Amino acid sequence: MSRITRTFNQLKTDGRGGFIPFITAGDPDLKTSEDLIVALARSGADIIEVGVPFSDPVADGVVIQRASERALRNGVTLGDVLACIAAAQKKIGVPVVLFSYFNPLLQYGVERLACDARRAGVDGILVTDLIPEEAVEWSRILSEHELDPIYLVAPTTSDARLKLIAERARGFIYAVSRAGVTGAREAMTHDAESLVERVRGVTDLPVAVGFGISTAAQVRDVWRYADAAVVGSAIVKEIEACAGDDDLVGRVSAFAGGLSADK
Amino acid sequence: MGNKEEVSEAVSFDLIIEPDERGRWGEYGGRYVPETLVAPLEELTNEFFAVRDDAGFQLEFNELLENFSGRPTPLYHARRLSESAGGANIFFKREDLSHTGSHKINNALGQVLLARRMKKNRVIAETGAGQHGVATATVCAMFNLKCVIYMGAEDIRRQALNVFRMKLLGAEVVSVEAGTRTLKDAINEALRDWVTNVHDTYYLLGSALGPHPYPLMVREFQSVIGREARAQIIAQTGRLPDLLVACVGGGSNAIGLFHPFLRDENVKMLGVEAGGRGSEQGEHAARFNSGEGSGGNRIGVLQGTMSYVLQDSHGQIAATHSVSAGLDYASIGPEHAFLHDAKRARYISASDEEALRGFKLCAELEGIIPALETAHAIVPAMRAASEMPRDASIIVNLSGRGDKDVNTVAEIMREDVAHRDK
Repeated sequence: MSRITRTFNQLKTDGRGGFIPFITAGDPDLKTSEDLIVALARSGADIIEVGVPFSDPVADGVVIQRASERALRNGVTLGDVLACIAAAQKKIGVPVVLFSYFNPLLQYGVERLACDARRAGVDGILVTDLIPEEAVEWSRILSEHELDPIYLVAPTTSDARLKLIAERARGFIYAVSRAGVTGAREAMTHDAESLVERVRGVTDLPVAVGFGISTAAQVRDVWRYADAAVVGSAIVKEIEACAGDDDLVGRVSAFAGGLSADK
Repeated sequence: MGNKEEVSEAVSFDLIIEPDERGRWGEYGGRYVPETLVAPLEELTNEFFAVRDDAGFQLEFNELLENFSGRPTPLYHARRLSESAGGANIFFKREDLSHTGSHKINNALGQVLLARRMKKNRVIAETGAGQHGVATATVCAMFNLKCVIYMGAEDIRRQALNVFRMKLLGAEVVSVEAGTRTLKDAINEALRDWVTNVHDTYYLLGSALGPHPYPLMVREFQSVIGREARAQIIAQTGRLPDLLVACVGGGSNAIGLFHPFLRDENVKMLGVEAGGRGSEQGEHAARFNSGEGSGGNRIGVLQGTMSYVLQDSHGQIAATHSVSAGLDYASIGPEHAFLHDAKRARYISASDEEALRGFKLCAELEGIIPALETAHAIVPAMRAASEMPRDASIIVNLSGRGDKDVNTVAEIMREDVAHRDK
């Protein structure tokens, strides 16, 4: 049983919702990212998503685009990201999901990546632009290295494809709250809730909801119907706002802690 | 780079004319997109295959090509250019005479009919040189559809005439400030718009790239170029041509010319990429450049498709440079990647300087001002002609007219004059 699965089992036993913060590795720098992963784990994160910076992040809104640009200006590579995760995992034991576009992974080499990621303490990998139909080989290699392939489902996903995705996914299903790129929305729609209901109809895998969740109230609302809430852009925005602050790590982890305070 | 134009002799390979059901030519192509876009892409694929052999659709499409766009475009024997090259006869397939001034209108007409069938009332598109943006704005005006064009800020600067044309046609032009502020960044932004507005929006992609079914669909709508050219050259010379030459950005004008000749084993094909101002990464847009430090000759995934992609060793997409906005792109359509590997077509590059030379030669010798993209094909075609016998023939796809580039060229000429006067 993977560490991600154990985490969701524990959440179920405890009767509470999970909290999954996202940061872009290398924003503002790798050492800060390492400290942030540790601090987020200690302030209540159940799983942490770590973004691999990419030059052309088509699924991301402006906040994460800017974070990616900052990291790339620092010359951050996938190897650096894995080293950063490995250093953080020496101090904590929280599951980490690598969040990336496909091309940097492809150039690194899928087999080599799986091997190195596992060793670094990565538990699952979500590739924004890799759908299960293109990922047969990918899934096989990840499974061989005991990594969970995490897939997205969206409100536009047909029931037939939900079934296919659920068959290929391990760990949990990531439900995109509504059509669009990452980033804060003023109001959540009912799309997310009805999507989670449809996912429940085809699988027992836990479901996390992400994209556009930015307040504690929205996190609580997601917990009503899903197993975990992912918060990305809101946290990355906080990191951006704290640029140059000596207590960036403290302020950002306090912000993240506040989002999941009511659990 | 780009000095040898002879095309490999024997053609022996398993030619893939149709991609497989996942849109792959061998390992190239496919569908690498965020999950939200899978449903609209499947809907589009179904619609495209439904109309592909539908007589009613083809009739409507052909009627528009003929009466709105002015097809067939002529095949013109460029006598003075041929004489100047010395050797084979060079013919121009005059796509520059199409309505809106380039081949882009063919695909825009085909896809706008699909958008109407799919009852989408908002159309978005990316554009580099502005030719596809103008074509899209034109068909949207004709069919009364809301139109939004994404264009890199750098391209907006250097293609000001086309920006104004799009606005006159009622389109909203959105300036993209991200990244290198060129075509790639415009496509990113168009994809972000589409993923957000999938329910009412049709993405009218302009080149033979992106996720399945776009590379196949754009090729099909552009193949009218090669079908006409094939009949015209036979009518004019009594036989098939020996060589086809076209510039290649994403590759829509090239695949449109090449495709109907793929089974004609003796017809050679030459694609010309943008060699820019040097072979180091960032200085060119030659995806097949295998030079060390060029960032080329690497297979990767960009904007929905697997193909050759200019990138660094960590998989970050490379900046590109070309004097022509339309060729200034880090990847190439997947079918070209396949034709390259299969050695069915050969790909070379022409530098900015060669493109400008072609631009001037074409104007002075033939009275035709080509687009700077198109101009990349002229000098390589002349070089090839000089090495071929006098009874041989070459078709160059004269894909677009150059009015939009006159300011850019004037600027460069002024700089050159200033430089010489120093």
